[in-house]
Amino acid sequence: MSEPSNQGASATFVNIGERTNVTGSAAFKKLILGGDYTAAVEVARQQVEAGAQIIDVNMDEGLLDAEKAMETFLKLIAAEPDITRVPVMIDSSKWSVIEAGLKCVAGKPIVNSISMKEGEAPFIEHARKVRRYGAAVVVMAFDEKGQADTADRKVEICKRAYRILVDQVGFPAEDIIFDPNIFAVATGIEEHNNYGVDFIEATRRIKIECPHAKISGGVSNLSFSFRGNEAVRRAMHSVFLYHAIKAGMDMGIVNAGQLDVYDTIAPELRDACEDVILNRRGDATERLLELAPKFKKSGADAPDAAELEWRSWPVKKRLEHALVKGMDQYVVEDAEEARQQAGRPIEVIEGPLMDGMNVVGDLFGAGKMFLPQVVKSARVMKKAVAHLIPYIEAEKTADSKPKGKIVMATVKGDVHDIGKNIVGVVLQCNNFDVVDLGVMVPVQEILRVAAETKADIVGLSGLITPSLDEMVTVAEEMKRAGMKIPLLIGGATTSKTHTALRIAPRYDGATVHVLDASRAVSVCSSLLSDTQADAFNADVRAEYEKIRIERAGGQKESLVSLVEARANAPKLDWFDYVPPEPKLRGTKTFADYPLAELVPYIDWTPFFRAWELQGTYPAILEDKIVGESARNLFADAQKMLKRLVDEKWLVAKGVFGLWPCRRIGDDVAVYDDEKRTKEIGRFHFLRQQIAKRGGRANDCLADFISTEADYIGGFAVTAGHEIEAHLARFKAQHDDYSDILLKALADRLAEAFAECLHARVRKEFWGYAPDETLSNEDLVAEKYRGIRPAPGYPACPDHSEKSELFRLLDAHRQTRISLTENFAMLPTAAVSGFYFSHPKAAYFGVARIGKDQVAEYAHRRGVPLEQAEKWLRPNLGYET
Amino acid sequence: MTRAQKAELFRKVASERILVKDGPYGSMIQSYKLDEAGYRNGHSYNHDQKGNNDLLNLTRPEIVAEICNKYIDAGADLLATNSFNSNAISLADYGLQAQAREISVAAAQVIRKACDAAMAKNPDKPLFVIGALGPTNKTLSISPDVNNPGYRAVSFDEMRDIYREQIDGLLDGGADFIMVETVFDSLNAKAALVACSEAGEARGEEIPVMCSFTLTDMAGRNLSGQTVEAFWNSVRHAKPLTMGMNCSFGATELYPYVGDIQGRADTLICVYPNAGLPNDMGAYDEPPEMTGQLVGVWARNGWINVVGGCCGTTPGHIAAIAKAVAGVPPRQIPKLGARLRLAGMEAVSF
Repeated sequence: MSEPSNQGASATFVNIGERTNVTGSAAFKKLILGGDYTAAVEVARQQVEAGAQIIDVNMDEGLLDAEKAMETFLKLIAAEPDITRVPVMIDSSKWSVIEAGLKCVAGKPIVNSISMKEGEAPFIEHARKVRRYGAAVVVMAFDEKGQADTADRKVEICKRAYRILVDQVGFPAEDIIFDPNIFAVATGIEEHNNYGVDFIEATRRIKIECPHAKISGGVSNLSFSFRGNEAVRRAMHSVFLYHAIKAGMDMGIVNAGQLDVYDTIAPELRDACEDVILNRRGDATERLLELAPKFKKSGADAPDAAELEWRSWPVKKRLEHALVKGMDQYVVEDAEEARQQAGRPIEVIEGPLMDGMNVVGDLFGAGKMFLPQVVKSARVMKKAVAHLIPYIEAEKTADSKPKGKIVMATVKGDVHDIGKNIVGVVLQCNNFDVVDLGVMVPVQEILRVAAETKADIVGLSGLITPSLDEMVTVAEEMKRAGMKIPLLIGGATTSKTHTALRIAPRYDGATVHVLDASRAVSVCSSLLSDTQADAFNADVRAEYEKIRIERAGGQKESLVSLVEARANAPKLDWFDYVPPEPKLRGTKTFADYPLAELVPYIDWTPFFRAWELQGTYPAILEDKIVGESARNLFADAQKMLKRLVDEKWLVAKGVFGLWPCRRIGDDVAVYDDEKRTKEIGRFHFLRQQIAKRGGRANDCLADFISTEADYIGGFAVTAGHEIEAHLARFKAQHDDYSDILLKALADRLAEAFAECLHARVRKEFWGYAPDETLSNEDLVAEKYRGIRPAPGYPACPDHSEKSELFRLLDAHRQTRISLTENFAMLPTAAVSGFYFSHPKAAYFGVARIGKDQVAEYAHRRGVPLEQAEKWLRPNLGYET
Repeated sequence: MTRAQKAELFRKVASERILVKDGPYGSMIQSYKLDEAGYRNGHSYNHDQKGNNDLLNLTRPEIVAEICNKYIDAGADLLATNSFNSNAISLADYGLQAQAREISVAAAQVIRKACDAAMAKNPDKPLFVIGALGPTNKTLSISPDVNNPGYRAVSFDEMRDIYREQIDGLLDGGADFIMVETVFDSLNAKAALVACSEAGEARGEEIPVMCSFTLTDMAGRNLSGQTVEAFWNSVRHAKPLTMGMNCSFGATELYPYVGDIQGRADTLICVYPNAGLPNDMGAYDEPPEMTGQLVGVWARNGWINVVGGCCGTTPGHIAAIAKAVAGVPPRQIPKLGARLRLAGMEAVSF
C-alpha cells in the first residue's frame, strides 16, 4: 500500500479503525477496565485485518489511569508487527495522555486532537510539541467560544488554526488534519437537522481555503439517535460518507469491518437517510423513524424473510451476492453446489467466482465500495477457493510427478492477488509445484525463497502501475544474484511491450509475459520441457527483439538539449497582438446538458474505428469491402441513439472555466484577478526536443500564451453517467453487441459534447469568434481558431496535469467525474482539456524528451524525478 | 562560524561534489594493542577499562588524533567523534556513567583540534566535525523479558536525558553537527532527536542533525521492525542535514536500499557500509579497491552525496572510496509533493 495516490472517491478514503477506543466500543472498554490487554490487542489486530489503515487508540475513561493505559497498550502492540505496520492515531482530550502516547511510538503517528478551546497559547505550545515528537495532528473545530456547529463557524475556526500552524509554528500543511465535528442528526431537535449539511459544506470550503490539509471525522456520532438499530446506523454512515467524500473528506474514524455498499442499501432506506443527512425535507426524521423498525434486526435473532430471500436465487447469483456483500456464511455450501453442477471444479473458480469478483472490482472503481469491503470480498473468495482446492488436487493423476517448481509473488507495494491465486490454482491442477509467497513480497524474499527451494521458474504479479517498476527491480536483482531461471510476468497492468522493453533486457534468463491464467500452463510447460524449451525461448526472444526494434525504429531522430529547444521556440508576434478578453470569467457548469443538442456534433469516423472498420464517414458507408457492415452498424447505432436520447439513458454533465493567466517559462500561471497578482493554479507544459530541420520550431503549448496578460480555459465533460444500469441490462442478457455499442456511443457523445462546448465558448462565452459559422465537416477538420488539447494526449502528454485542471474547475463536484490514482477519468465516456485562443495555436506531439527536461519538469511540479519519469514514461527519450 | 552557517557551507560543498566520511575507530584502536594500563594511562578507576575505546578521548587523545589525521590524509571531509558509547547507559558497563559528559567533551575537542590544524594548513578544504551518538545498548521498542512484552528496561525520558547530556558535551567540545547513527531502534533515535531539539532551544540555535539507519535483516528492516522509508517518515520532521544508512552489511547488500531511499528522502544522502560481510572468523576482508568500486557504482547512479566506511574499513578503504567518487557529480535532492506521510513499521502516504 505504499504511496497510493489521492484521486478518486472512496477508493482512496482512509479508514481509521475505531474499535480500540474505550469511548466508542463498550466491548473494548470492558477489556481494558478488566485488565485483559491480551484480548484488547486482538481487537487491534482484527481492525487491521478488516482493512483499517490507521488505528485510533483512546483510553479516556473516568475509571482508568488513561496515561498508564495508553502507554501499556501502545507498548504491547509494538511487539505485534501485524498491527504496528500501520500508523497509530493517539486519541485523547488530555494533553498528558497524548504526550505519554507519543513517547511509545516508533513511527510517525497522528495526534487526535488539539484545539483552540483554551485559547491560542496552549494550542501553539501543544502544536510545537507535536512537531518535536514528529507527529501529524488532528485539529478540532473548537475555539474559545465553543465547538463549531454551523458551516461558517467550522470554516472560520479551521482557517484561523491553519494560519497559526502554518505561519507561526511552521507546521507543514500536509500534516494538518481538520475535524470539523460530526454531530448527531435526526435527534428530534430542529437545530440539529442541518448538521450533516454543515459538515459536508464546511469540508468542501476548508479543502479550498486550507491547501494540502486533510479532513477527518468520527462518523458514528452521526447516528447516535439510532443506537440499537445497527442496520439504520450503517446505512446512515454509508450515505453520509458517500456525500462527504465527494466534498473532499479524506479519512474517517469508522468501524472498518462494517460499512454498507452505497448501491446495495435498500432504496427506500437510502432515500430516507439521504433526506435526513442532506436535510432535504422537514419531515425527514419522522420518516426515517417510521421506517427504522422495518430494518431493525437484533444480532441474536433469526434473520428475517427479506434477509433470506437471496438464498432462493440461482447459485451463481448467490455467489456473486456473497462476494459483493462480503458474507462468508453460506459460501462453502454454495461453492459445493456449484462444483456439483460444474464439469470440473476449476470451472467454478473461472466462472461464477471470477464474475463476482469482477462486479466487486467495478463497484470499487466506481466509488461505490470501500476498501474494507473489498478485503471482505477477497476473504469470501478465498474461502470458496479453499473449499475447491482438494477437489482440484484430487483430479491430478496419481502417478504424475511435479513438472517443476514455481515461486510466485505479488511484488512489493501491491496487494492484489486474486489473479495470481487463480494462476496458482491452474498451475497446481496441471501438476506444477507452486510456492506462493503472497502479496507485498520484498525482492530479497523472492530471491531467498527461489534459491532455497531450487525453483525452476519465478512468477511475478501486479495490478497497479508502480508494480511495473518493482518488477524491473526484481529482474535486476535476479540478474545481480546471477540467476538464470525463467521469469514470468503477469497481472492487469503488465504488457508484452513493457516486458520486452523494460524487463527482459534487465535479466539474463528467459523473461515471458503471460497474458492470462489459461496461457500460464502452456508457457510453463514449454519453458521446462527438455525438447521445446530452446525453441520456445528463441521464439520469445525473437518476438521481443522485434518489439524493441519497432520501438527503436520510431526513435531515430536525435534530441536537442532543452536549452537549444527553447532557443528554437516558435516566434509569435506579440507586439501587435491583443489577447481576446473572455465575456465570462470563472467557471460555468452544465448539470444536465440536452443529449439531442449533442447529436449533430458527433464525429462518426472514430466510431467505426472502434469497431475496427477502417474508413472515413460518410464515405465508409459506400466502401466496397466494409460498406455493408458499416451500414448495418450505423443503422443499429442510429436506432440505439434515438432510444437513448428519447429515453434519456445517459446524463451529460460538463464544466468549463476561463481565467486570466500569463506564461512563465513553459508553465502557465492562472490568476483570480485581472491584475494577475493572486495565482490560483499553474499548468505545466512540455516542449518538443526532437531535432528540427527546415526552420520548424520546437513547440510547447505555453508558446501560445503571452508572458504579460492572456487568458486560458479548461473544461471537463462527460456523457457517461447512468450508463451502468443499461450495460448491466445488456450484460444480463449476454448481449455483448449492445453493450459495446452503447459504450461506443457514450464515448462519441462525450466527444461531441467537447466539440459543442468548444464552439459555444468561441462564439458566446469567450466570444472571440462570434460570427463563426462552420459545418460539422469543418469542425471535424478543425477549421476554427483556437485549440482544446487534452492532458494525456500528444501536445501535453502528462495525464497527471488533470488533477490541477480538475481542481481549478472543481470538476469532481461539478460533473461527478472522478480521477483514478493514475488519472483516468470515470465515467470513461469523458473528455477534459485546455482552451487556447491564439490564432496560431495548433496541435502537435511532444514526442520524446530528454532527461534535462524531465528533471526540470519534476522540479517545476515539485515531485521526485522518479515520479515524473513514471508519469512521462512513454515519452522518455532515454533509459532509466 | 555558527552551526547554521556550517550547515549552509556543508550543503553548498555537497551540491558541488560527493563528500567523504571517515571510517571507524574501534578496529584502528585495536591495532595499538593496548592493555589495561595502556587504556588507563596513569588515571585511576574502580572498574577494568580495557576495551573502553571512548575513554581514550580522555586518557590517550594523541591516539585518537593520530587515527583522525589518517582519515583526513585519506581524503575524508567529515570526521566523526570517537563517542559511539559516550553515553551514561553504555558507559555504565565500565562504571563510568558519571563521566559521560566529560568523555563527550573530550571526544569533540580532540577531533575539533585535529580538524582545525588541518584546515589551517589547507584552508581550501573545509572539514566538518560530526558528534556521533550511538544507539546505546538498551531499546525503547522491545521488551527484554519474553514473558512481559509490555516491559521496557529504560524509559523514553531517561533515554532523552542521557542523550541530552551527551549532545551538550559534544557541542561544548566543538562538534559542528550531531549524528544519530546505527539506528537499530527508531524510538531511541526519536528520543535523541527530541533531546537535540531541546538542546538547540536551550542554546538558542538550531542544531544540524544527521540520521543514519541500520538494517538488521535482509528484508530491509531495523531491529524495531521499521523499513528505511518508514524511518525516514518518522524523522523527517527534524529536517535532517543527511539521511542514510551505516553498518548493517556491505555495499553489495545495501545496494537496493540505497537505491530506494535516495529517491524518497528530500535531503542529502549519506551511506557508510561495512567492508563486506564478515568471514568465518568474524573478520572483514573486502579489499579497499573492492569497496571503492562498489560505492563508485552508487555514485555513478547519482544516488549519493556523502559516503564513507563502517566496520572493517580502514584509511586505505577511505582513500579508495575518495578516489572512486572523485569527479562524479553528486546526487540531486528530489522534491517531494505535499502529502500526509505517516509510518508504523511501514510507510504510508495519503
